[in-house]
Amino acid sequence: MTNALIVDAALALLVLGLALWVIATRAAYRAVVGFVAYGLLMAIIWVRLAAVDVAMTEAALGTGLTGLLLLGAAARLAPYETAEFDRRPGRGLRVLIGLLCAAVTLGLAAVVLLLPAPAPSLASLVADNLPPTGVGNPVTGVLLAHRAIDTLLESVVLLPALIGVWSVAANPAWGGRPGSLPRPPASSALTLLAQVLPPFGILVGIHLVWNGADDPGGKFQGATVLAAMWILVLIAGLREAPALRERRLRVLLVVGALVFIGIGASGIWLAGAFLAYPEGYAKPLILAIEAVLTLSIAATLGLLLAGPPAGDRPIGTTS
Amino acid sequence: MRLALDILTIVAVSLGAIFFLAGTVGLLRFPDTLTRLHALTKADNLGLGLVVLGLLPQVSGPLSALALLAVWLLALLSGSTVGQLLAGKAAVPDPDRAPTLTPGAGASHD
Repeated sequence: MTNALIVDAALALLVLGLALWVIATRAAYRAVVGFVAYGLLMAIIWVRLAAVDVAMTEAALGTGLTGLLLLGAAARLAPYETAEFDRRPGRGLRVLIGLLCAAVTLGLAAVVLLLPAPAPSLASLVADNLPPTGVGNPVTGVLLAHRAIDTLLESVVLLPALIGVWSVAANPAWGGRPGSLPRPPASSALTLLAQVLPPFGILVGIHLVWNGADDPGGKFQGATVLAAMWILVLIAGLREAPALRERRLRVLLVVGALVFIGIGASGIWLAGAFLAYPEGYAKPLILAIEAVLTLSIAATLGLLLAGPPAGDRPIGTTS
Repeated sequence: MRLALDILTIVAVSLGAIFFLAGTVGLLRFPDTLTRLHALTKADNLGLGLVVLGLLPQVSGPLSALALLAVWLLALLSGSTVGQLLAGKAAVPDPDRAPTLTPGAGASHD
């Protein structure tokens, strides 16, 4: 018991220290590296709190994918970084920002500390209503049956994000191939990794989605792994990123949300409410939604990383 | 038998922890990128390998044991590849590419 307490205390101190370091450090690159380490430690803390689903999401999306996006942003902003330091806000404004952030932190801490002794919880309600959905993982049950509207919005919101990335493209490049991925000079090690790892990665991704019905896992975690495999192949140069005007690609991006909305809308007639599943068909419908959504989310996440279109010229030919 | 397996676990995991400690010290103390990579990959390969070896007698079934071994093998694969890539970057400075895109830029400041 005390051993576990020591480990937890050390984890909490490490996370707090890293968070402070990420804020205090001046170079964006260092801050991003610190943020990635922070996210991985957070994932361990979620495991310690027995929230394995959250831990996997934190590790895959919050750390892996976001970390890569931030690394790319830091690399692109680096030339302007010193100029930014000269134009940073005055001491008064910085102190004010710090105070406001501290107030938010203290407010959150107060909310957590002032919770009534048996914290209000819907856990027993979820547990009672899980059997009709046919899934065994309460997190999946909540995400796809009890609070399906949240999940629908979550998966739809990725599309505006992707359109936002695309919209920074130059006019002539619109519809072309994305051009933000680094293309290191061809090396046998990278080629080998991009050839050997994807079969395992695709298997792990599908396993995560399939497992999500009864054990920790789910479409977002699985889709992130699938997207990572795709990006690895693209970076290694084994395949060229698709042109963004391709109709098949665009159909792939929206088919998940469309199927989700379609099944949800048919619930109005078949089960009496939007996003309600007809009696006895909850499990197969949830599986169908998860499967299609996984493909759409994986494609969206991959294209988010691949960045805005940069014209049709095959990239990476300079090296 | 149980006792022997437990002792194996304690010894192997402790050895693995020592490798991780030594790897971390090397990562912090060694003078250049290549030697630091050497320290890091040693910790990854041997440290994680010993920890996995130590945990094998404690798992509930053969599937969990396979999963542990798969974790080690995948870490080996990715670790050695990333080591190769970083070492290639560190050994041949490439003037064509922006220095900020170098993955090892943060480590080569000092």
